[in-house]
Amino acid sequence: MTSHPAETGPQDATGWPRIRTVGVVGLLVSFGDQLTEPANRAALALRAAIEAEGWDGVEECSTSLVSAYVRFDPLWINHSDLQNHLRRLLDSRDWYQADLPQGRRLWRIPTVYGTDLAPQLSEAAQAAGLTEAEAIASISGTRVRVQTIGFAPGQPYLGALDEAWNIPRQKTLTERVPEGALTVAIRQLVLFSVSTPTGWRHIGQTAFRLFRPEADTPFVLRPGDEVEFQPTTPEKLAAMRQDGPDGGAMSEKIT
Amino acid sequence: MTRVLIVHRAGPGVTLQDQGRPGYLGFGLSRGGAADRLALAEGAALLGQGDDLAAIEMAGLGGEFEAGADMRIALTGAPMRASIDGTRIAWNASHALPRGARLSIGGAEQGSYGYLHVGGGVDLPAQLGARGAHLAAGVGHAVQAGDDLPLGDDPKPGEVGQGITPLPRFDGGTVRVVPSLQTDFFGPDQIARFEATEFHRDTRGSRMGVRLIAEAADPLHSDTGLSVLSEVVVPGDIQITGDGTPFVLLSECQTTGGYPRICSVLPCDLPIVAQAQPGARLRFTFVTLDNAVEAERRAAAHRAGLCSGLHPLVRDPHDIRDLLSYQLIGGVTAGTELDQEKAQT
Repeated sequence: MTSHPAETGPQDATGWPRIRTVGVVGLLVSFGDQLTEPANRAALALRAAIEAEGWDGVEECSTSLVSAYVRFDPLWINHSDLQNHLRRLLDSRDWYQADLPQGRRLWRIPTVYGTDLAPQLSEAAQAAGLTEAEAIASISGTRVRVQTIGFAPGQPYLGALDEAWNIPRQKTLTERVPEGALTVAIRQLVLFSVSTPTGWRHIGQTAFRLFRPEADTPFVLRPGDEVEFQPTTPEKLAAMRQDGPDGGAMSEKIT
Repeated sequence: MTRVLIVHRAGPGVTLQDQGRPGYLGFGLSRGGAADRLALAEGAALLGQGDDLAAIEMAGLGGEFEAGADMRIALTGAPMRASIDGTRIAWNASHALPRGARLSIGGAEQGSYGYLHVGGGVDLPAQLGARGAHLAAGVGHAVQAGDDLPLGDDPKPGEVGQGITPLPRFDGGTVRVVPSLQTDFFGPDQIARFEATEFHRDTRGSRMGVRLIAEAADPLHSDTGLSVLSEVVVPGDIQITGDGTPFVLLSECQTTGGYPRICSVLPCDLPIVAQAQPGARLRFTFVTLDNAVEAERRAAAHRAGLCSGLHPLVRDPHDIRDLLSYQLIGGVTAGTELDQEKAQT
């Protein structure tokens, strides 16, 4: 046989939210095919609700930008029963109106923009139609929100930036960006938790460690947290790096 | 006194592995764990202990070990050339390793990942709920010369000399897949071509994923797929990169990704991909979700029945036919093996 749709279950007139299978042991509830704030909040809220339900056979949940993912044991609960559970939960309220998670924090993370620590600032600014100074002012002046954690441990996707930053990823990959690299594409920032190749442009460098496997709180940022990337100098950053894994960052509760 | 396994030499891909770290997907940390989970279950059956204990995974090449105390070992996964104090020993079997004995494990004769299990498991402190290394995430580190690996309490000291017949999975083969989120981006003609293509495992591969090559085939592509939002990635997903190369993602994969996925390998067939040695042939065939769940059910039953499928290594002469078949399947070819095993046990 060839392809058959991975999608299952009824849809409403808009087609969203949709429930689809992921491999053999996963279901995904998606609230759209584009990143919007309501879809992002819906995904976060649905994940929390699924975890609160505690259905037998569900092994873990996560969110991506606009979806909630459920991994389960199909030998324990079958696909159609779990889909019915999810459908009932979806029908119980308007998820697009959901509030952001509780206990959110605002982080201010010192960032060196440009210099040889972050060599693609001018290239990115040019792609956005801005001078370097305008680019730094735009990004450091925007309080961005953690939309999801993913790809690598503790690594946030943050947004949304001004429309000017709707720039594509690079066609060819940068061979390696260091841990703590601040990168930009498609109105989002990614702050890297590991050193890795990437198609995102490297515009800033921080000394903030996102993943601390040895610590009581191994993952520092959570979806819904907000971040300001405040400009600093290479000399100050080097000094703050010595002070510990926060790299000079400060946080406060959002009330 | 702590019982230890002393490491005198270790290949570059030798790590501690277990069932991995479920529960951290939402934090961007994939589960990780042994590349071939069936090999973990086989080792646990051979030693009569739980499959949640940590074993030593050896990618392509083993190492030189010494028993710091009397202990039991079992060897599973990709068959490698192994000896104790210079005497060749059987793979897919359990053995005694007396204090001071030297265990040498060479390169894989078939497959990619061999496993060395010890009675009681390797008992390093857990990090984030597991003992295994997740090198892509920076959790744990590779096993290296000079390490003294502490062992847990052995539930059944002295019980050795058992063999197990592994499911064949060390030389490629046909792998079952189900459609995934983005299968439809590729269109029926590309799906048909994907199923008809014989791929080879590239030499490039790691615990994160395995690259596939197809000779004389047009590259696969999806125009839609290159502009979709990053979405959940799971082990077994086959992603098609910009140049049309398929990658089968394994246990240490990223948790989200932007490359389109053409399909996803059944969890019970993933060891065939993980174990395929460079150059091995792999084909992919779509099955329905119902058939996939049924295959998982049979695989779970197989794992649960491994203990009752053990056979003693020392055989009466009238068992010789069975012994020959065991040797063929296990990939162990030394003709004098029977005598050597008798000397060991």
